[in-house]
Amino acid sequence: MGIAVKALMKSPWVFHVSAGSCNNCDIEILDCLCPRFDIERFGAVLVGSVRHADALLVTGAMNRKSARRVRQLYDQAAKPCLVIAIGACACGQGIFRDSYSMVQPLDEVLPPGAVTVYVPGCPPRPEAMIAGVVKALGQLVADQKEPPEPHPVGTEKDAADA
Amino acid sequence: MTLPQALLAFLVFPGFLFIAIVGMVVSWVDRKVTARVQYRVGPPLLQPLWDFLKLMGKETVIPRGASPLAFFGAPLIGLAGVTFVGTMVGVAVFLNQGFYGDLIVALYMLVLPSLAVIMGGIASKNPLASVGASREMKLVVGYELPFILILCVPVIKAGGTLELTKLLEYQYQNGSFAASASGVIALIVAIFCIQAKMALVPFDQAEAETEVMGGALVEYSGPSLAIFKLTKMMMFYAVPMFVVAVLWGGFGTTVAGTVLGVVKYLVLVVIITLMRNTNPRLRIEHAVQFFWGLMTLSALAAVAAALVETYPF
Repeated sequence: MGIAVKALMKSPWVFHVSAGSCNNCDIEILDCLCPRFDIERFGAVLVGSVRHADALLVTGAMNRKSARRVRQLYDQAAKPCLVIAIGACACGQGIFRDSYSMVQPLDEVLPPGAVTVYVPGCPPRPEAMIAGVVKALGQLVADQKEPPEPHPVGTEKDAADA
Repeated sequence: MTLPQALLAFLVFPGFLFIAIVGMVVSWVDRKVTARVQYRVGPPLLQPLWDFLKLMGKETVIPRGASPLAFFGAPLIGLAGVTFVGTMVGVAVFLNQGFYGDLIVALYMLVLPSLAVIMGGIASKNPLASVGASREMKLVVGYELPFILILCVPVIKAGGTLELTKLLEYQYQNGSFAASASGVIALIVAIFCIQAKMALVPFDQAEAETEVMGGALVEYSGPSLAIFKLTKMMMFYAVPMFVVAVLWGGFGTTVAGTVLGVVKYLVLVVIITLMRNTNPRLRIEHAVQFFWGLMTLSALAAVAAALVETYPF
């Protein structure tokens, strides 16, 4: 494992992106930083600027206003940057899927293969989020060994439904 | 000192490598004490090293319209300033060498890291960075005044010398400056001033994460951010070391003196950390009022007390 990947695993700085969430997942993310779970012992720190981030924790279903800005934030983040979809809304828009203000879900707003890990739940427990981050960091090591092909977005059935 | 000796002193001991390693360990101490005070566990010992290495491996993004020379030159200026100060203080304390006026040189080299943050913020072409840079400018104008005033106290008491080695020698013979009334006031004012110089809460308005999203450093990423973070870690060594050497008795000539010096340095670091954990961030105007008001008056009182102690009528 190269030193760059090892250092990235040991010090994942997280940035929190709320794309129109109800704030429940956001509160649970802050839980992870509080004494009971304390992800700072893994080196994770909440940073103020997206350019400092190694992992974007995205919450919320993508509504019209926020989807464009989430894409801009992803482009502004310095690569390599993991994207972790937190909560049912970020994973696939959840119960708000057919709402008037919703656009595509997160994995269609971002480039294919950008989202590394989906953590479902409403809200997901902090243990689930920590497990998701650990899986994302493990994926980083696996990607280092064999770079992935771009994921196809949607299937023919979804295209027929739309 | 010959050229190879000088290069060794500047790059290895007590120069860049020594300052970087001690700075990383002490910044870990700061994070661990912070975590303990907040009833958490905190990061492992090598965490600052992993942070630095990780940042070196990220890509560098430069905003469109930003000036590349100032944007990339700013962190290097900060690093040069703190390395120079740390080396000079280390050479005076450990190798007992210096030159006339090195106190003044150390004083203005200590401004360079803050200047680097200001320059980097203004070069970033980002309104949040400009806010952060202007706050840092106000803060520097605020704390430099009492800081320079209290450095008159050891100069007056040691008979007007401007050499770090002579100040240390005076303290080894006559007891540390902090053992007198003027010295105690000077030390207390110095602790507040170095809290602002190292940009720690309650004086970290320039790099406020929650308010201005990283402030002056908002557009930095990759190796340039790594150098800014390394500079901040190295300030954790250089600045309290400077205060211990100039105001609190230095490191002494015996083994017991050296151990006492290390204890004094660690006490300063713990005071800084506890101040950081128990206070909210001040508004910039309150911070400047604090430095120009209470701190400047206390510094003037300390200078007056030093004059009375040295030249009693």
